[in-house]
Amino acid sequence: MTDAAVAPSPPLWRRLLGFNLLTGVVLGIGGWYVGWFGAHSIVGPSLDYFGDIDYNELSVYLAYIGGIVGFLVGLGFFNYPFARLRGYPPSLREKETGGWTRYFSLCTDHKVVGIQYLWGIGLFFFIGGLNAMLIRTELLRPHHQVFPAGTYLTLVGMHGTMMMGMMSSGILGPFANYLIPIMIGARRMAFPRIEALTFWLLMAAGAILTTTIFFGGFPTGWTGYAPLSNEGNPGMDNYILFFALVGISMTLLGLNMIATIVTMRAPGLTWTRLPIFAWGVLSTAVLMVLAAPVLVAVLAMEALDRTAQTTFFVAAAGGSNYLYENLFWVFGHPEVYILALPGFAIVLELLPVFSRKPLWGYRLAVGGLLGVSLLSWFVWQHHLFVSGINGDLRPFYMLSTELISIPTGFTFLCGMMTLWRGSIRFTVPMLFCLAWFFNFLLGGLSGVFLSDVPSDVTTHGSFFSMAHFHYTIMGGLVFTFFAAIYYWVPKMTGWELNERLGKIHFWTMFVFFNSTFAPLFAIGFLGQPRRAVTYASGLQFLNDWVSVSAFCLGISMLIFLFNLVWSLGFVKKPAEANPWGSRSIEFQLPSPVPVHNFDRIPVFSSDPYGYGEGPPPSWVPAGATAGRD
Amino acid sequence: MAANPNAAPAPPSDRTNHGMRVVVAWLVLSAIATPLVAVFVGHLIPPGNGSSQGTEQVFDNTLMLTVITPILCLLAVFFVYGLRSFHASSSGAVLDGPPLRGDSQIQILWIVGTSVIVLFLAGFGTFELLQNGAGGGQGPDPIAVPGGQKMQVQVIGQQWQFTYRYPSLGGIESNQLVLPADTDVELHVTSLDVIHSFWAYELGVKADANPGVDNVAYVKTKSPQVFHVRCAELCGLWHGYMYNNGRVVDSAQFHSWASQQEKLYAAIKPFMDKPEADGGAPFGHTYLPAPERRAG
Repeated sequence: MTDAAVAPSPPLWRRLLGFNLLTGVVLGIGGWYVGWFGAHSIVGPSLDYFGDIDYNELSVYLAYIGGIVGFLVGLGFFNYPFARLRGYPPSLREKETGGWTRYFSLCTDHKVVGIQYLWGIGLFFFIGGLNAMLIRTELLRPHHQVFPAGTYLTLVGMHGTMMMGMMSSGILGPFANYLIPIMIGARRMAFPRIEALTFWLLMAAGAILTTTIFFGGFPTGWTGYAPLSNEGNPGMDNYILFFALVGISMTLLGLNMIATIVTMRAPGLTWTRLPIFAWGVLSTAVLMVLAAPVLVAVLAMEALDRTAQTTFFVAAAGGSNYLYENLFWVFGHPEVYILALPGFAIVLELLPVFSRKPLWGYRLAVGGLLGVSLLSWFVWQHHLFVSGINGDLRPFYMLSTELISIPTGFTFLCGMMTLWRGSIRFTVPMLFCLAWFFNFLLGGLSGVFLSDVPSDVTTHGSFFSMAHFHYTIMGGLVFTFFAAIYYWVPKMTGWELNERLGKIHFWTMFVFFNSTFAPLFAIGFLGQPRRAVTYASGLQFLNDWVSVSAFCLGISMLIFLFNLVWSLGFVKKPAEANPWGSRSIEFQLPSPVPVHNFDRIPVFSSDPYGYGEGPPPSWVPAGATAGRD
Repeated sequence: MAANPNAAPAPPSDRTNHGMRVVVAWLVLSAIATPLVAVFVGHLIPPGNGSSQGTEQVFDNTLMLTVITPILCLLAVFFVYGLRSFHASSSGAVLDGPPLRGDSQIQILWIVGTSVIVLFLAGFGTFELLQNGAGGGQGPDPIAVPGGQKMQVQVIGQQWQFTYRYPSLGGIESNQLVLPADTDVELHVTSLDVIHSFWAYELGVKADANPGVDNVAYVKTKSPQVFHVRCAELCGLWHGYMYNNGRVVDSAQFHSWASQQEKLYAAIKPFMDKPEADGGAPFGHTYLPAPERRAG
């Protein structure tokens, strides 16, 4: 494990060049211009390179593809394959280099990647949240007032796309990357370079979507429906490139998770001893691997429609917009469970710790996660109930959509029965988990209305469905995201988060989240359609209420940000190794976890939920064999 | 507050039958709340009684709200009772709870219960849907077709307005939807450019307008009223301004409106009827998509 120490120091030019975020950005910008000028020499060469963006989609695509390649070269992703091609030994430099610079370069330590993900996703989550604030500012009045109509649509689209794209990896990126190898007793992920690649691709994607504002934005919202997307500004190409990159990143992330969990479990860690969090990650990863390629494919078709006039989605030329809608939702519905399932897993993982009881009904909980994962493939046309496609399949999709509430109910039953007669501690992560029950119950029950065709006729495309998916995704995913932050960040960074600020954050977020989204059910029932800049003047009071609540929700997020910066940047109170009294293995290691996780690969003899069943078994039996890494 | 992972097991629990208390409280609360919701809340849910389809949706929503009320009650009772009764003492050591790892009876009861509710709701929804289509767009080959005489109206979406065409009135067109009262209407929704969605809120009608597709929806109007039409699918820059009022009027008013429109329309009718190649209006009389391009 000390190969790097004996490796020869790299030559001076390479030390100066660095291979870090800075060179990545510099080469990325260089690559962007190479692509831009290259495409102009293929299509429509012009002296005025920047004046004709409306007419040259190809240059936007090639510019960003060149930019991505340059970015990856600058980060050093091609060093390893080229070194191997030229017969040099592989370098472990990516893992061994210490210090803070690791966080700004290609690093194959799964713990560094986890923390990179946390801050990287946090940054784009913040940008997405700012968009939401601007949307609610616009909706303070029934007619459009602050932003031009096109800018408003861009804000709506950027908010939705950023949140969906980034938060798909919101739990698996930071927490699964950091914790799965530790939980299964491994020293790394199965494919460490691919692990780093998923993160940096996501960052490149985020930059691409943010720069859509320089190309006129895009009018379609996060669904990107054709044929509207065929007539969008070049900013539409940024949407396509963003989501395609996110799709590639998700596919690779999912593959990596599956390979790691299936092949790298330590001795004794049988499937029924696997932490429920790992089961949640596994079921999510399967969805990612199978769903995200469909997204990449449909976006490739859309990119061809826009550049090569293939007319896949143009009815007048023999295409069909249903093709886009179907392919998009084949990805899109598993996608919402990609967002929801990690939340289920975190709730089930944390409840035993804070009620001091074993996870109730382990097998039922696993069955619930896998059942949701399976059923999520058979429900997508409920997004198309009134679209005019397959009128005779609507009863089937109504049934399958309602069936999915059965395995979802397993999570509720197992969670509630774990609380039952427990010794509940209302810590900050526990409060976020308990809030999940409230939010997801309302989100799930409102989903029953949307799944029922007669009721969906009114609620479809209205603020009701918008409230529904904010309850399930923000109430389900983002609340558990914060639970995971408060629960695991002390372990990941070695510093405690302030509990009082955490509680203030929780209560303000819980109150203002509900105050923001509960009225939206009523607003939707009263006839306000989504994504419209105008609404009936009679709905202004409710809309203003929602806007003010949303601003308060934004302030609550600032409290969290302050807590994070204050606790980790200034107070730096060292965290205990096991602040929550957890029996999970990551809390038996020091905080933060050392570079190679374990001195010896642990041997498991039980699941981590044996509260009340005597002292936990030793992870490191005497005479254990040396690690397998 | 940090608990010792090796904490001693809890002392033998008291003999209180917590489960029975929760079940009784739930039954009492549900018995009170469910009828109240069914009677007083359900009928307040939109879209209201503007059409037969709207009435049906209100009934559907009322039933679902009635079904989910006991579920909400169960969770409310469980959490209020559970979080009050089972929290760790604020001082002293945190004790472990009893190591319960499952109970097959509760699991089976839960699975059977949720399955029954789900299957009932799906069956009921299907039954309601097949009555008269519930006002939703059903595509070119509708399966839930109300019987009897129907007035055809074509709804043509384009960026950013709807145009209404009345084939039975000589093909007149209007930018306001006017319908006779107490009439079965067959709406043919289509689009000239991108996807729109025709949403007549008070009538309980929503059908996507797809280019090249004839999306059929049914509505049976009731008494005269004004209703709102909005586009419910993002269709570009001025999507937010794609709305208008429509009117349901009594038979006499409808006929006077129709003859007035016919007079207005007479001046441009020859132009509209002429094929585009002969200098006629673009898209004149070609709104109904050709059969071979129908999706479904």
